[in-house]
Amino acid sequence: MKYLRLLRLFLSTSIQAEMEYRLNFVIAALSSIGGLAGSLFGLSLFYRGNDVLGGWVWDEALVVLGFFTLLQGVSASFLSANLSKIVGYVQMGTLDFVLLKPVDSQFWLSTRAFSLWGIPDLLLGTFIIGLAGTRLGLGPLDYLSALFPLLCGLVTLYSLWFMLGATSIWFVKVYNVTEVLRKTLEAGRFPITAFPAAWRIFFTYVVPVAFMTSVPAETLLGRGSAPWLLGAIVLAATLSVIARSFWHFALRFYTSASS
Amino acid sequence: MIEVKGLSKHFNVPIKVSGLSATIKHFFNRQYRRVDAVKALDFSIKEGEFVGFLGANGAGKTTTLKMLTGLIHPSGGSVNINGHTPFDRKKEFLQDITLVMGQKQQLIWDLPAMDSLRINAAVYEISKGDFDERIEELASMLELKDKLTSPVRKLSLGERMKAEFMAALLHRPRLLFLDEPTLGLDINAQSAVRRFLKDYNTRHNATVILTSHYMADITTLCERVLIIHEGGLVHDGVLSELIENFAPFRQVKVELGSDVDKETLSKYGEVESLNGAEARLTVRRDELTEVVSKLLSEQNVLDLTVTDPPIEEIIGRVFQKGSVS
Repeated sequence: MKYLRLLRLFLSTSIQAEMEYRLNFVIAALSSIGGLAGSLFGLSLFYRGNDVLGGWVWDEALVVLGFFTLLQGVSASFLSANLSKIVGYVQMGTLDFVLLKPVDSQFWLSTRAFSLWGIPDLLLGTFIIGLAGTRLGLGPLDYLSALFPLLCGLVTLYSLWFMLGATSIWFVKVYNVTEVLRKTLEAGRFPITAFPAAWRIFFTYVVPVAFMTSVPAETLLGRGSAPWLLGAIVLAATLSVIARSFWHFALRFYTSASS
Repeated sequence: MIEVKGLSKHFNVPIKVSGLSATIKHFFNRQYRRVDAVKALDFSIKEGEFVGFLGANGAGKTTTLKMLTGLIHPSGGSVNINGHTPFDRKKEFLQDITLVMGQKQQLIWDLPAMDSLRINAAVYEISKGDFDERIEELASMLELKDKLTSPVRKLSLGERMKAEFMAALLHRPRLLFLDEPTLGLDINAQSAVRRFLKDYNTRHNATVILTSHYMADITTLCERVLIIHEGGLVHDGVLSELIENFAPFRQVKVELGSDVDKETLSKYGEVESLNGAEARLTVRRDELTEVVSKLLSEQNVLDLTVTDPPIEEIIGRVFQKGSVS
């Protein structure tokens, strides 16, 4: 109850604060349209002269791109908006205020801000998935079945990002680290099987990009397999537990910015 | 209420080196130096007390304050606050305390203070009725009523600090930690904050621990002062004792109608500085009234102010003499 009320307040205050800078939103919309056009062009190059790429036809690959765009929207609106700020909280010492409130600090740091910047990506991603899905003749149940692996992918991404943010307790300046993660995630715009075997292993086991876009897309296309789905669940559950204990571990080393 | 036993904190600080090759070596094999920020503090504070925490920069005040609030983990010793260990961050403990820092703010910069206050109300689960009542009470104590709906960035520093106090005290904490709460405020705002703190302290029988560089903060508010020097406690007692022992002097600033020489002035007190017709004298407290009246009758005085020596100076004297008992 308390946390629901807080979520509502966080959302409304963030939107209010963002409204002060309206031009940003226009720029964000333009940049996501541009980004998507670039991705579409890149993807179309691979399909020139090929009908099938790594077992994916054009429309199926579009679904993956759709999930990727959606994920980028979530990153911009929820993850980046909050987790990139952890560094600032540590640097400025305002983390003190968060830690002194009778509220879960991980919850506060992860939900406090919401950015309108991700909305264009969220809309475009949904649109592409819908478009490709219609051409492939998918039904409502297919979409519903993809929600769960998508959620698992989001939890995985969030946990990785949060842990990287938590390392700022020691290193203070870790903007670069989250940038590396973002760049690696770019790989998620293409179906995982489109990559050579070595990269496939890397993107599945080292940075689990495969679980964020390819697995939800496969489930949506009705090709989901139990081991992959199970893997997605186990990964999401494990990483979120690790992220939580890692945060509490990191706090023991918090020295707070001196005044 | 607060029991502190053998509290200490040390940090391992990397030893800085200069020169490229030394830096590269340092990068791979970092050498650390142990810094004892706080060394075995023992003290206790009773409910309703107003305690000043003094010390030079880097003496360990803020580190101690942060261990008392549970923000940082002590390296040794124990803190017990109403049966809680601060670092456990139990909900009941956090509901009861607050921290105000003069140079950090929790209010949302772009929005009216009221929005931040609503978030705090939700965090501390304050009902709508209580919220309105407390806002009314705090805003009238702080004379801030009409400012709560304008964006924080448009408030003056003094108004912002008052709004920070509202955010920090909305949940009616019984234990207040204040780290330089009047830093950078003008005289009027400073005294308004002081009046407010005294008022809050008596109204709610709240315990207050305050650090400040302004002597007036300490003299008007704190009956008891703890002085920390190089991480250790060197004085614990009433303030008047400290001033008697270490600052039996006052500073008298005079501006005269015409230039004077040092000789003329030195019969009134020790001349610290003389610049044409302006001079600063150090005068013993017990001779102050006499000296001032002599000055006024014998010289053509345009302006005269009497001030305490700065707190750093008093503390400096304490440190020179070592521990007071």
